[in-house]
Amino acid sequence: MSNPAAPAADHARTLSLKLHIWRQADRVSPGKLVTYTVAGVSTHASFLEMLDILNEQLIANGEEPVAFDHDCREGICGACSLIINGRPHGGRAGTTTCQLHMRFFRDGDEIWIEPWRAHAFPVIKDLCVDRSAFDHVIAEGGFITANCGSAPDANDILVPKDHAERAMDAAACIGCGACVAACPNGSAMLFVAAKLAHLHHLPQGQPERSHRTQAMVTAMDAAGFGNCSNHYECEAACPKEISRDVMAMLNRDYAKAAYVAREREQKSHGSG
Amino acid sequence: MKLDARTPTGPIEQQWSNARFAMKLVNPANKRKYKVIVIGSGLAGGAAAATLAELGYDVACFCFQDSPRRAHSIAAQGGINAAKNYQNDGDSIHRLFYDTVKGGDFRARESNVHRLAEVSVDIIDQCAAMGVPFAREYGGTLANRSFGGAQVSRTFYARGQTGQQLLLGVYAALSRQIGAGKVKMFPRTEMLDVVVDPGTGRAAGVVVRDLVTGAIASYAAHAVILATGGYGNVFYLSTNAKGTNVTAAYRAYKRGAAFANPCFTQIHPTCIPVAGDYQSKLTLMSESLRNDGRVWVPKAKDDVAKHPDQIPDDARDYYLERKYPSFGNLSPRDIASRAAKEQCDDGRGVGPGGRGVYLDFRDALARDGEAQIGEKYGNLFEMYERITGEDPYKVPMRIYPAVHYTMGGLWVDYHLETTIPGLFCLGEANFSDHGANRLGASALMQGLADGYFIIPYTLGHYLAGVAAGDLADPASAPFRDAAAGVAARLDKLVSVRGKRSVDSFHKELGQILWENCGMARSKESLTFALDQIPKLRDEFWRDVTVLGERDSFNQSLEKAGRVADFLEFAELLCRDALVREESCGGHFRVEHQTLGEAKRDDDRFCHVAVWEHAGDGKDPIRHVEPLAFENVKLATRSYK
Repeated sequence: MSNPAAPAADHARTLSLKLHIWRQADRVSPGKLVTYTVAGVSTHASFLEMLDILNEQLIANGEEPVAFDHDCREGICGACSLIINGRPHGGRAGTTTCQLHMRFFRDGDEIWIEPWRAHAFPVIKDLCVDRSAFDHVIAEGGFITANCGSAPDANDILVPKDHAERAMDAAACIGCGACVAACPNGSAMLFVAAKLAHLHHLPQGQPERSHRTQAMVTAMDAAGFGNCSNHYECEAACPKEISRDVMAMLNRDYAKAAYVAREREQKSHGSG
Repeated sequence: MKLDARTPTGPIEQQWSNARFAMKLVNPANKRKYKVIVIGSGLAGGAAAATLAELGYDVACFCFQDSPRRAHSIAAQGGINAAKNYQNDGDSIHRLFYDTVKGGDFRARESNVHRLAEVSVDIIDQCAAMGVPFAREYGGTLANRSFGGAQVSRTFYARGQTGQQLLLGVYAALSRQIGAGKVKMFPRTEMLDVVVDPGTGRAAGVVVRDLVTGAIASYAAHAVILATGGYGNVFYLSTNAKGTNVTAAYRAYKRGAAFANPCFTQIHPTCIPVAGDYQSKLTLMSESLRNDGRVWVPKAKDDVAKHPDQIPDDARDYYLERKYPSFGNLSPRDIASRAAKEQCDDGRGVGPGGRGVYLDFRDALARDGEAQIGEKYGNLFEMYERITGEDPYKVPMRIYPAVHYTMGGLWVDYHLETTIPGLFCLGEANFSDHGANRLGASALMQGLADGYFIIPYTLGHYLAGVAAGDLADPASAPFRDAAAGVAARLDKLVSVRGKRSVDSFHKELGQILWENCGMARSKESLTFALDQIPKLRDEFWRDVTVLGERDSFNQSLEKAGRVADFLEFAELLCRDALVREESCGGHFRVEHQTLGEAKRDDDRFCHVAVWEHAGDGKDPIRHVEPLAFENVKLATRSYK
């Protein structure tokens, strides 16, 4: 830092930007990229604050503002999305769009902003997509069956620290869908595998392990997600940096579950 | 309006079990005949919806987010309290109860707080069984940390993402019931009115808007549960998610549910300071950082522009340690916030605009090393660096207080029922447990207590007195009228076509509140705010512009409806603050202080202020629920 008297990072500069933004009226209408210019954007502003500035400008001109999903604006709710210059969440490691700051852009930059592109995530307006397919997959098995009131004392279930840590690594998923958007096949493998890994690193997740794996994979296929062909774009795009290792765990468990199911079927046939 | 808190009789330790035994039950086979509507899918609403469905009720759950997993509970960082005493450090249910009553500056109901402390232990058991990945010790037992306002380690946590993990646990339980067909989930759907049966006076259902299609629809139920969070966004800038709002609670207020203590708002001491006028929200840095970070400002005003490294220890004022030696950096939130403001008002604040104080990890890093500090706070440090561009391992964080939580909310009795029979209110949306100031790691505890362990009992008691066949017809006149009112209001919003955006009004309202009803309030400032707010509201309805249509996906219209409610609610908030001529917890009236500390007036204000809507354009009526302290001695709060 050249000026030791200023602990604040850098002095705010302002940027002028040319934006190409996907506009689409609703689920069925065709969409297109529309070009806008926005000026006076502080480098301290976040990417979504830059869009706020654009929207204020559009409203002042009598144009409908750009619709985009967002809520917590601190990288944890998973609502924000956006493909920025071809990369989900803008492509900075471990960063959601809401935490992407304008100091990473230069004055005069052109920026292309599009919604998630995936068969299972239809666009509902402009940059907003329908991610309810994720909810449907979770509803088929992304839980531990433990009715309220039936729990033993928490310290009766010992969890080795490293298991808890690995469960937490996987549980950090925010369900934003960047993994699906990044995948050339539109696969949800990383999302599904992260939930399975969270539950399967814990002793509480063991009783339903086999059934859960099968149910969630079946639901994933039914929801219209593509298959995984090991590109690992998902891992690179994940704002929570979830490791592709969780997918190896899924594959192992799935093979095991399929084998167990086959055995069970044969046995039941055998016994009549 | 008659206020009956329905506080159970008997010694406080036995009240909850006595009350549960006295409650009526619904036969398991009959439960499916009862329809229950839950608004909100956070810790309180999601837990209620899941648990009621587990019991067999026919549940519908609505949230405005695109998925129930995104409710704002997800953003809570630090932890959840429970009186487990796993650390053998002197904790007990009674101590958690005591700390919470004292922390709330003696403005909460003892019976509710004691129940909260009792069920806190069950919450941890339940969450662990559901696979919440709490932090662990090497032996596999649960780890704890300490938090502001407490001298024991009773906070359970999952890194700096405790709210996320607890909410995902709730979401998992809720998803299980959705998959089983026991809960019908309505995401991207916003509640815009409560329908009250004119004959019985009971809650009969809701009017909602599908945020994707814009369609307005009515749903009937035997009971309605609001778990719609707090109203911190009335200040525009707060740590709350952008979508959080007061609309559901305020609509219920206008239908007859009384609103309690709206002026009790919490300003959190450790947030990233405001950077510019484009700022859309403020980011909290978990209070848990105060376990290892030391708060200071330069002693000399001339030093504020210096790099912190160039300010030696003896030129630093560790003002929390100086003023409150026994709690130090872990002083409660209201106290730490006011102390920061004091330093900055004195011209010793740091960073842009002089509105910031240092939260410094230098000593902890030297003591424990980067690895250990990183394990505890790594994600928070990263978050800070991402936003500010500064590395807290090298430069102290700069923090400043920001609006974070609202202790006020819909008035509820011991059963969590509002003044409208059949309308219940849980979590941050109600007023019940935190008095005038909430202690850290207690919001998650209250949300889950209400949703998992309290409403399943109290709702059953209510429904046992309602005939299953008594379900309102959503096509009947009260529903039609309410839906027509909702549609007319939305039509009005899109038809003004004025010159100012919704956000510009929201920002201006926020500014009025922050300046006049923020960390320091006075008769003068509140009177000024009460003069300004109606003027701004009139201008809003004359000059707001909402583009797009009512019957489409229209984010401006969503915001406009919420801001319109904030513009009315803000007046109630300031009015409450004006009448409460004392300082307590987060409510600091400059006229009422001794040596800079809040001065309560127990003779005049040892009560809950309960506001009844008297009709548009009329002054609301203030009722009181007296508070009695029989178990914790009413005393001046001291953290010295």
